[in-house]
Amino acid sequence: MLNFLARRILQLIPTLFFVSVLIFSLQQLLPGDPALVMAGEERDPDVIAQIRQQYRLDQPVPVQYVYWMKGVLSGDFGESLRNKVPVRELIAQKLPVTMQLASMAIIIAFLIGIPAGIISAVKKGTAWDYGANFFALWGISTPNFWLGIMLIFLFSIKLGWLPASGYVPLTENWRASIASTIMPAFVLGNAIAAILMRHTRSAMLQVLESDYVRTARAKGLSERSVILKHAMRNALTPVITLGALELGTLLSGAVLTEQIFSIPGFGKLIVDAVFNRDYAVVQGVVLTTATIYITLNLIADIAYVLVNPRLRA
Amino acid sequence: MTDTALGAIKLTASDEMESPVRRALRRLFKRKGAVVGLVVIATFILLAVLAPLISPYEPIATSWSLVRKPPSALHWFGTDELGRDILARVIYGARASLLAGAISVGIALSIGVPLGLLSGYRGGFIDALISRITDAMLACPFLILAIALAAFLGPSLGNAMIAIGVSATPIFVRLTRGQVMSVKVEDYVEAARAMGNPRWRIALFHILPNIMPALLVQATLSIAAAIIAEAALSFLGLGQQPPAPSWGSMLNAAQRFLTNAPWMAVWPGLAIFLVVLSFNLVGDGLRDALDPRER
Repeated sequence: MLNFLARRILQLIPTLFFVSVLIFSLQQLLPGDPALVMAGEERDPDVIAQIRQQYRLDQPVPVQYVYWMKGVLSGDFGESLRNKVPVRELIAQKLPVTMQLASMAIIIAFLIGIPAGIISAVKKGTAWDYGANFFALWGISTPNFWLGIMLIFLFSIKLGWLPASGYVPLTENWRASIASTIMPAFVLGNAIAAILMRHTRSAMLQVLESDYVRTARAKGLSERSVILKHAMRNALTPVITLGALELGTLLSGAVLTEQIFSIPGFGKLIVDAVFNRDYAVVQGVVLTTATIYITLNLIADIAYVLVNPRLRA
Repeated sequence: MTDTALGAIKLTASDEMESPVRRALRRLFKRKGAVVGLVVIATFILLAVLAPLISPYEPIATSWSLVRKPPSALHWFGTDELGRDILARVIYGARASLLAGAISVGIALSIGVPLGLLSGYRGGFIDALISRITDAMLACPFLILAIALAAFLGPSLGNAMIAIGVSATPIFVRLTRGQVMSVKVEDYVEAARAMGNPRWRIALFHILPNIMPALLVQATLSIAAAIIAEAALSFLGLGQQPPAPSWGSMLNAAQRFLTNAPWMAVWPGLAIFLVVLSFNLVGDGLRDALDPRER
């Protein structure tokens, strides 16, 4: 286990190195003089010179990378050109909002996706199965920004049940906080529920055909007990780890969802930064997202080995 | 008894004569979902190609007397905030979406497949290098990477396609590499090598045709993802620029008039949903039709 852990962590080093090179290289895509592009409307030579000095744009590209990386390793992602606030602080402010949204979305996805997958597998070939499969296709094919707009129309404008936009922190008023995040969380969780449903269905179908389930049935156990105690427990292990890997979908989805519902989270931060040409913030957000994703991948891998005794040997 | 046996022999013989492409098509057309998907995609392609002939109005023609009119006999889908016909914009919008889907996946295929072939076939340092870069790109969530790329490249439909194509590339590198690794140890590849074929010839003429089914399925599903991504980028203002029609930018405008003109949001969203659903149905159908275990 320790060997596996050490090998897996060592593998992260080159991946993280290439992630950093990739994100740093984005800056090289800017057309023309990066200092002029970053300055935007600002044409003051002093400001442009300051940007050139701040980002070391007068130095060769590899040197610029080394300075940038040194900063990143010490937690310094640079300063937001617009707000004049360290990017690290902006990320620290916005990340908890997205984390709340993402956690609620994951809960909703598991609550819908797993029961739908189990029912679909157990009642294979019936109307339940077709219904669940249609739900999965619907979830995968519906653009979450459209679903968000339609839900705002229904629940906020027509019925007046939920706020159309805005965010209330959990610590301030938990009821208002849940009311402000339940719709976006559902929008985010919907696509993941569909993916989880498909994984659960195929894992359950595989397990239901295995010898030990046949034995459990032959012993005369009730179907409920066979499914809940024998089949489900084994089928869900890979599904839960696969679910953790859907974080990428979740973070991508958060960009649009936060935009639609005006939630001041991580996703909105990157979109605002894009429009304000605040490239240090864009780089900081992408790097943080990739690091979170890689770390969760690692945790999912370790969890998979921990719960699967055959892989532990 | 003899008749049955003869019948069985005949059936086997005709089965053997059937080419793999014909067999895959026959299996695909047996799947109702895939057929419905193909019909919907064909309809949207026709709409996009014949837009100037079919469209009832010019997609960018504004009219102040027709601002935000609900669906009527004259304007089936209603009009938008500038009095433009929504049906015309949905029809013309199909061009941007389908083009973005096809070109982005074309970019991803043309970069990803050669890199995957090289990585899987050569192995060694090149494989390790390509694999690590692929891992790094896969660590950045697809849409976030596409947004970042589009942001640095500048907002336009062309740049959005490049951003989506580049973001989708690592999936094809990884898929091709995996497929090559499993195919390159097959006897027919060994035979081609024993006959003295150069590496590039083995990769192009012996390995590539055999990994095509997996690539085809992934490409179909990736077109669906690329269409959603283009709509998302246009929704954020990083794709198709106004006044040119795009389903994503139409939804962005619709969001501001949801109380007074909800129809503005219904049609472009429904169009994205239908096209994406159809590509997913065809992708699922192709996966089943090309699976050698399926009978």
